[in-house]
Amino acid sequence: MTNILLDGSAKTPTVHFDGSTGQLELRGRSIPENSIEFYRPLIDWIDNYAKTPQPSTKLRVQLEYFNTSSSKCILDLFKKLESVRSSGNDVMVLWHYEPDDEDMLEAGEDYQAIINIPFKMVQIEEVDGK
Amino acid sequence: MVDRIFDLYDDLEKQRIMLSFKGDLSTDLITALLGLVEKKMEVLEPDQRTQKRVFNVVMECLQNLFHHNTRVALGDSSGNKRDEPHGVVMIAHDETGYSVLTGNYMAQLEVSDLKDHLDLVNGCEPQQLRDLYKTTLANGKFSSTGGGGLGIIDIARKSGQKLEYGFVPLDNENTFFSLNVNVTS
Repeated sequence: MTNILLDGSAKTPTVHFDGSTGQLELRGRSIPENSIEFYRPLIDWIDNYAKTPQPSTKLRVQLEYFNTSSSKCILDLFKKLESVRSSGNDVMVLWHYEPDDEDMLEAGEDYQAIINIPFKMVQIEEVDGK
Repeated sequence: MVDRIFDLYDDLEKQRIMLSFKGDLSTDLITALLGLVEKKMEVLEPDQRTQKRVFNVVMECLQNLFHHNTRVALGDSSGNKRDEPHGVVMIAHDETGYSVLTGNYMAQLEVSDLKDHLDLVNGCEPQQLRDLYKTTLANGKFSSTGGGGLGIIDIARKSGQKLEYGFVPLDNENTFFSLNVNVTS
């Protein structure tokens, strides 16, 4: 399957989904007015990936900002990964946050409470993605 | 009109407004306004968490303006519909912190739902707000534009204070909605 490689913009994150390694990444900021339009291809990609997933899938999330319109789309993304996991594969979300960004840590914990995937909270020095 | 310019300026100065905008809001304009807010906050505010909270509140408020807007053209007796979302946003800054003030016309029909939602949010303690956010995210109904009420909950979480709001009816169909969100530094 084709990988997804998107450069970040002022309102959308850098995306790198690699089906051959199972390494997925969202980085930067996710604050578009129309999040569904942006996330639909990503969600469809995971849907497709779920048919023949790698034994181990890691989603690295390193966001500086995300809006509430993105939060539902990100949840949908996690739900797709949940089904990859329930078919017997390893799935993990690596949720990154800056040391002083308690709000971003809480946001990760909120997802962790809703989604049946192991989360690892990773403290970083600085989010460098734009 | 010319002699009103000083009064307007003086008013904004007295209210400690650091940024104000009134007019049609496009997605590009929201990007530009957010860029300005981000730059100003980097200069004004030493605390990164406060910087981020103010940016978050402004972003959600602008996107609320963008998505929830009456389409009735004001002062247009022909009843032409307005295509662009329209509103006002002001950010004030004083010794205690920041205030993000927004205003826009909305449909009278939607006022009672919004007021109920604001009252529900204002009645929550921080932990209750967090739980409300989680249940709304997990179970909420979402439209293609709206977050099912998540925006107001998120604004309240980032503010940490009660939201101040008001409704001024214009006619049978339209009401002016004002929201003031405080973020202490």
